Amino acid sequence: MNKIHFTIHAALLLAMPLLLLGIIGKTKAAFAGRVGPPVLQPYLDVIKLLRKGSVFSRTTTWVFKAGPVVGLVTALFAAALVPLGGHLAPISFEGDLVLFAYLLGLGRFFTVAAALDTGSAFEGMGGAREVTFSCLTEPALFFGLIVLTRLSGSLSLSTMIGPGLGEAWRHGGASLVLVGFSLFIVLLTESCRIPVDDPNTHLELTMIHEVMVLDHGGPALGLIEYASALKLFVLGSIVVRIAIPYSGNPWASWGVFAGGMILLAVLIGVVESTMARLRMAQVPIFLLAACLLSALGIVLVAR
Amino acid sequence: MDIVESLDSLMTDWLIIAGTILAAVSGVPGLWDDRKGTPGATSGERTATVLLVVGALCGIAGAALAIARPSAGIDLGWPVPGGRFAIHVDGISALFVVQIFLISALGSVYGLGYWKQSEHPRDGRKLRLFYGLITAGMTLLVCARNTMLFMAGWEIMALAAFLSLSAQDDQRPVREVGYVYMVATRLATLCLIAMFAVLSVATGSFDFAASRPITPGAGTAILILAIAGFGLKAGIMPMHVWLPGAHANAPSHVSALMSGVLIKMGIYGLVRVFSLFPHPPLWWGQLVLLFGGVSGVLGVAFAISQHDFKRLLAYHSVENIGIICMGLGVALLGRSLGNSALVALGLSGALLHVWNHGLFKGLLFLSAGSVLHATHTREIDELGGLAKRMPWTALGFLVGAVAICGLPPLNGFISELLVYLGLFRSAALPQGTLWLTGALGAPALALIGALALACFVKVHGAMFLGEPRSERTAGAAESSRFILVPMAVLAGLCFVVGLLPWVVAPILDRAVLAWAPELAGSGLRLMVLAPLSWVSLLGGLLLVALLLGVALVRRNLRQKPAEKVGTWDCGYVAPGPTMQYSSSSFAQTLVGLFSWALRPKVSKPDTRGLFPHPEAFTSNVADVVLDSILIPAAELGSRAVRWFRWVQRGSMQAYLLYILLTLLVLFFWR
Repeated sequence: MNKIHFTIHAALLLAMPLLLLGIIGKTKAAFAGRVGPPVLQPYLDVIKLLRKGSVFSRTTTWVFKAGPVVGLVTALFAAALVPLGGHLAPISFEGDLVLFAYLLGLGRFFTVAAALDTGSAFEGMGGAREVTFSCLTEPALFFGLIVLTRLSGSLSLSTMIGPGLGEAWRHGGASLVLVGFSLFIVLLTESCRIPVDDPNTHLELTMIHEVMVLDHGGPALGLIEYASALKLFVLGSIVVRIAIPYSGNPWASWGVFAGGMILLAVLIGVVESTMARLRMAQVPIFLLAACLLSALGIVLVAR
Repeated sequence: MDIVESLDSLMTDWLIIAGTILAAVSGVPGLWDDRKGTPGATSGERTATVLLVVGALCGIAGAALAIARPSAGIDLGWPVPGGRFAIHVDGISALFVVQIFLISALGSVYGLGYWKQSEHPRDGRKLRLFYGLITAGMTLLVCARNTMLFMAGWEIMALAAFLSLSAQDDQRPVREVGYVYMVATRLATLCLIAMFAVLSVATGSFDFAASRPITPGAGTAILILAIAGFGLKAGIMPMHVWLPGAHANAPSHVSALMSGVLIKMGIYGLVRVFSLFPHPPLWWGQLVLLFGGVSGVLGVAFAISQHDFKRLLAYHSVENIGIICMGLGVALLGRSLGNSALVALGLSGALLHVWNHGLFKGLLFLSAGSVLHATHTREIDELGGLAKRMPWTALGFLVGAVAICGLPPLNGFISELLVYLGLFRSAALPQGTLWLTGALGAPALALIGALALACFVKVHGAMFLGEPRSERTAGAAESSRFILVPMAVLAGLCFVVGLLPWVVAPILDRAVLAWAPELAGSGLRLMVLAPLSWVSLLGGLLLVALLLGVALVRRNLRQKPAEKVGTWDCGYVAPGPTMQYSSSSFAQTLVGLFSWALRPKVSKPDTRGLFPHPEAFTSNVADVVLDSILIPAAELGSRAVRWFRWVQRGSMQAYLLYILLTLLVLFFWR
């Protein structure tokens, strides 16, 4: 039985991340009164990129070529640790939450190193912002994980946001609301969304994530696009699970989960359409708020 | 069989003693070398390295035997009041012995290429002598079972370290940091002598053994003195003041030995003293955790703001000592609560991080030395593009950087994982508000990790990637084999511990039992407590997947060869090396976020009008504790006691007289 669920898990990892990007794009287009690109456009983009040739700067070394690979592989490993829709993750053990966070850290290390490898001022700026803001999102994530550990008594993601989450809502609902909201902000930051970043990069010296990959092109850019969609999917799956802790029929819960993810994508689209992007100097304050929200979650779970 | 066994356990101690003696005398034959040296290595240089390496092999063999079976111990008379020449190598000592000999021997090989007699006619010979003495002193102190013998080893180490780090005492900054180190180490010794005095009164002997329970009052005094004395050596914030300058100005292999091993002697001391308290009060663990968290966060924050890469690495030692203290705090909490899982996780995490920090910080300092040797500058913003000129040094530094950030699949992740597990488990405790300690500790550790990542991405990028920022960097060439081989060994060990953590688990189990013998019956093992086999498996898979991915990319590039162009950079026509993002600009926002602690001195350019003059932006962070608090306080203090200065005669006879008079007074007073 588990085998079937693991297969669904893997299939979702392959199929859904880019779909979310398409849905976000469609939502934003609807708000702007445009038709917008088709929902499946991100797939076509990635396939096109993978077929292209590469162009490398003479300044770069092997680090530049390794960056996208490390980014994708670490995101895939992290995705294998996260339970989707309350189902057991393919890999789960006591303490996997630390590995989850640090795998994403390894990806970040090499993404930023690859950016610095070009010797470009823009990419250095993007890298600096990426690591600076992650110094605020990381504690927020861990405050959230502590709350979930405290509520579930477990150190494994599959149990923390597994079938017992509905029960946890009954006695720790207030904390979960705060943690869910804080993780949503972490999600927006990590996947370069408004109000922190703008995936379309209309200047402020091209902002965070997009500027780091300015010099990447062709297959490398394709890998980066998929990896960042995967990161959005993985962090999003935690937020969706906390918001919709449904665990009844295992098949129905897959449906609920997929529906939840689509709703999340629409929500991100709405946020991006209705909010203005913050000035870069304001971002740390915004992220500090996320940190404090989940810290408040800890205080509430104390009782 | 019995004879073999007793022979075996005797061997253990004597092997380590032989290693210690070989290390101590390793620099002696070289004293007769010609001052000017020869183009290759002189016979003295080679003898010193051979003696130290052979000694290290003996010592490590002895420690390995001790890990398999605790040594019998040696107990000889020693005509020092209260002293016995008592040596015993248990699980904790063995762990430290391995680290001391490993880093020391590798550093000695490195010295053959880095500190040649022909390049350093003034100080090459004495440095080798003192280097061996540091090693010997440290081994003696971690094996000593008597506090007097411990202090003897401690003083040999501390003074030899002073003489090594101030090897180039013809340079003013070296003399200055040497002086600060001297004051710090004297203060540490003062605290330790006081602590051992209290301990001997409380237990009735000068041995490391709690023959009778220690009263709470004496316990508190011991705790405070131990944190002050050992904390000064370990560099726990705010007692870290000597550390950045000393590590930056010492020869790089001495920096590696000091940062990788010597400051851990403070940790060893704390571990050993805490082992005497089977039921420490709860606030001990919380206090040590607090010290750990503060050292960790502020250590890395100071590191980010540095311009000198060796000073930056030195502040990271403060950070890592913080992580080790967090583990130790968890272990103390566990012991207070009688929670053996917390004890095992916390102490294993702390001790493994001691090992790991020796490996990756040793590697980083050796790589940094290789860069310094090739470019003659410690300014990060003068470097750049070294990965093309020094590929192996760059790779070594990258491995060290990934490891120190605690990222999988390298060794730093394993020890941080153990500390995390301890913190998360204590956050799940049912007791009152106690769980909040862990609940605040885990995000603090996450913050430390994220800041360390920011710092090492920055320093690796600025030093090795991009284009050279100065002439001397552009002409740099790769270092010699003597420099690269020790780095390769350390990098390899970072992978071994990271990928095969189950190899070190039994060693840690034994150390935990030596620390808290009451756990012997619980049957708890690290392999059960921590998901080490999972981490090992996934680390291996991750490495395979990464290599596979890189191979695929390479194949793809062979089929469709890539075009080589200049960096696109949004279409700038002539991007130059000075346009690159410098390490200072990279760190600017983070330094701003921590300006409440760092107090950076910033001079901002004031550009006005249509054609402004060229202006420069500078931001400097001095050590707040040293430069803004201690030095002014010391000046004030020295003015206040000026009237008493006549006692400082500066002549040996006067001081001998003082000692004699003090002893006589004590004698009659008693």
